[in-house]
Amino acid sequence: MEPWEEEGPEVVKRFMYVNRKAPYGTIYALECLEVVLIAAAFDQDVSVVFVDDGVCQLKKNQDTTGIGMKNFSNTYRALDDYDVEKIYVEQESLDARGLTEEDLIIPVEVVAAENLAEIMANQDVVISS
Amino acid sequence: MSTMLHLINKSPFDRNSLDSCLRLAKAGSVVLLIEDGVYAAMGKAAYADAVKTRMEDLTFYVLGPDVSARGLDDTSLIDGINVVDYSGFVDLVVEHEVAQSWL
Repeated sequence: MEPWEEEGPEVVKRFMYVNRKAPYGTIYALECLEVVLIAAAFDQDVSVVFVDDGVCQLKKNQDTTGIGMKNFSNTYRALDDYDVEKIYVEQESLDARGLTEEDLIIPVEVVAAENLAEIMANQDVVISS
Repeated sequence: MSTMLHLINKSPFDRNSLDSCLRLAKAGSVVLLIEDGVYAAMGKAAYADAVKTRMEDLTFYVLGPDVSARGLDDTSLIDGINVVDYSGFVDLVVEHEVAQSWL
């Protein structure tokens, strides 16, 4: 048996994707979204977290026609279709930017840092970008 | 001596380029926020007070297309910040002898 076969196919790991970057200044946000959508096809327990400037990825009313880049903000709506339902946004990050839940493009669970720390500590794999 | 144009393209939450610029820009200078730098212009954000304080002696601009891309608009920006388009960006560069990019 190969090392990667030790765990049976029934094992579900908890994967968390932590988004900390604003959407268009770097490619991280778009790349992470694509990774999440691909990973969602593997029937794992997926959580997506938005902290720091990552919360800006979910800001409503993005219009990129003026900067010649793809507006990928609507793609976050697809997370629900891929059964990615654990979407957490840190309250403190929203507060620092003067944003509220109503400013966001998809329904999320807004959590305080203290609670997010708990959720984060319970993951098997954490991928940050 | 002409006034200097300061360019900031990073979020103040991610880098300290805004902090450094606000600390070192001479009165009368012009600051243009582009790319992720436009987050410094959010009216209700933690950096708004720091920007407002320097609005007494600096002139602030934001690049409109970068503002719209990020889901922001005139109502979400600090009052008194000027919005320019790409040709306005070019005008600012031409009007100032020295442009400093805070990378």
